[in-house]
Amino acid sequence: MRVTQGCFSFLPDLTDEQITRQVQYCLEKGWAVNIEFTDDPHPRNSFWEMWGLPMFDLRDAAGVMMELAQCRKVYGNSYIRMSAFDNSHGWESVRLSFIVNRPKDEPGFRLERHEMAGRNIRYTTKSYAVDRPEGGRYG
Amino acid sequence: MPHDLLIPTVPTSRRTQHEETSMNQHSMTIRGKERYKSGVMEYKKMGYWEPDYVPKDTDIIALFRVTPQDGVDPIEAAAAVAGESSTATWTVVWTDRLTAAEKYRAKCYRVDPVPNSPGQYFAYIAYDLDLFENGSIANLSASIIGNVFGFKPLKALRLEDMRLPVAYVKTFQGPATGIVVERERMDKFGRPLLGATVKPKLGLSGRNYGRVVYEALKGGLDFTKDDENINSQPFMHWRERFLYCMEAVNKAQAASGEIKGTYLNVTAGTMEDMYERAEFAKELGSVIIMIDLVIGYTAIQSMAKWARRNDMILHLHRAGHSTYTRQRSHGVSFRVIAKWMRLAGVDHIHAGTVVGKLEGDPATTRGYYDICREDYNPVRLEHGVFFDQNWASLNRMMPVASGGIHAGQMHQLLDHLGEDVILQFGGGTIGHPMGIQAGATANRVALEAMILARNEGRDYLREGPEILAKAAETCTPLKSALEVWKNVTFNYESTDMPDYVPTPSVAM
Repeated sequence: MRVTQGCFSFLPDLTDEQITRQVQYCLEKGWAVNIEFTDDPHPRNSFWEMWGLPMFDLRDAAGVMMELAQCRKVYGNSYIRMSAFDNSHGWESVRLSFIVNRPKDEPGFRLERHEMAGRNIRYTTKSYAVDRPEGGRYG
Repeated sequence: MPHDLLIPTVPTSRRTQHEETSMNQHSMTIRGKERYKSGVMEYKKMGYWEPDYVPKDTDIIALFRVTPQDGVDPIEAAAAVAGESSTATWTVVWTDRLTAAEKYRAKCYRVDPVPNSPGQYFAYIAYDLDLFENGSIANLSASIIGNVFGFKPLKALRLEDMRLPVAYVKTFQGPATGIVVERERMDKFGRPLLGATVKPKLGLSGRNYGRVVYEALKGGLDFTKDDENINSQPFMHWRERFLYCMEAVNKAQAASGEIKGTYLNVTAGTMEDMYERAEFAKELGSVIIMIDLVIGYTAIQSMAKWARRNDMILHLHRAGHSTYTRQRSHGVSFRVIAKWMRLAGVDHIHAGTVVGKLEGDPATTRGYYDICREDYNPVRLEHGVFFDQNWASLNRMMPVASGGIHAGQMHQLLDHLGEDVILQFGGGTIGHPMGIQAGATANRVALEAMILARNEGRDYLREGPEILAKAAETCTPLKSALEVWKNVTFNYESTDMPDYVPTPSVAM
């Protein structure tokens, strides 16, 4: 399967050149770009690990791309995403987020059904990968 | 186009300009003992026409389009609207003198002829804050539109816009969730959200209905939606729908790794039934519920409070609004309904598509979208926005574009509506020749390709068809959607559009 979180997951994987242009768009908006990675892509896993702090004072996308290259060296078989934060009043949240790296193999999720009273079912989404400990999930 | 200068659609004649200035000249109010002599007195002499009045920051201001009957003085007609929407009755009453009557009288302070519409006048009326109950749309609307719309001396009357003072805005909860928190909960940033209304809207069993939901969500949509008239009918009772829909939502979430939702319509005949349905939706883990505008303002406010207490996104379908918003001369403008709904506290509101099958002039629609999404709306006569409006940090409300739109219009939709919007492709998903999943995928790919291009700085509006064609090279469903719907447009004259158009200012 393919995890389709983020803004561009339905397109073919972005090239570094395409990623650079998106990052530059964020920087020109005055947003701080953060690189985040995880090997637990559960849809409710809000807090991926941060690769350093959001890059607040950066103006050139090249700096972000260097950090991405470093992050890929260490976590090349994890999910990596770019998140851009807008600190302007009334937003103060993420304004763009997209996946820039994926594991070679994405096993996906299974749906567990716990049958309750009546016809109610309690659903749990479980990533096949998280059965193994953090760090060793994608080989 | 620079538009520092706003002029009526056709240049105002000198006569009209003269009329406009002379119309607003004097107060005719009779004061003292004479004012309270028993009998009938013109409204404009009773204190409802005060051209020298300067509205206070805390006043609520209403702008009416007044069409007096032939031979009725427009000033008197406007004063009557002020009177009948506040303290007046048809004759002088001595009991006025037991109150601070001057404070409670609504004051019409300005009357302008409507550009290019002979016989119509814009009347600006100011209401003191103490005339209204805190946090009650029912009270606000009962005052402003409760009594005057059938008034005999008027041929027609329309409430065009309102200025709601911060002091009043702050007495309302506002949208239960708001755009920012909705995006955080849904984990979706930087692009419009995608939805579809399940079709056919009547007749599917719960199991068949859930099938459509599953296919559409798995194919790439973020939301599916019950239609306004899907409640609990013989072909599908509400519990069946909720159970099968949540199976579909959860399966699609597991298949995509994304958060998904389906607007479960809890509209019912009584509040008790609505609460019961909302509670069940919550128990099943739904992120969103839905109500129809026809349940009424108080019911909407009750559901908004329930939604805030229960971390639920609240979708409003504006069912029935066109009965009073569509005609230009009579009724209530949708921009007023949008303002009331932001106060009332819904998170989503249908606000037009511009390019789709339902009414919506681009400039007027832009005005509605700004009212939903901005923290401050400056006067924009060319968008039909007549007042500065400060929303005082009330949450932003997500506009929904639904009705006759398809993937081939993605560049136009993004240009007209921006990125904080839900694009709902019902027929444009379910009617796809390769099936519902393919229809959903076509929409999602078209959207992501357009956002990518926009962020790269491309002139996506002009290059739109090219961008879509390129994306279709690696996406057969999009290719086939573009082919099927390539010639579908809905070009009809709008019945409601702004009275003012921008003209380029003279170069200095």
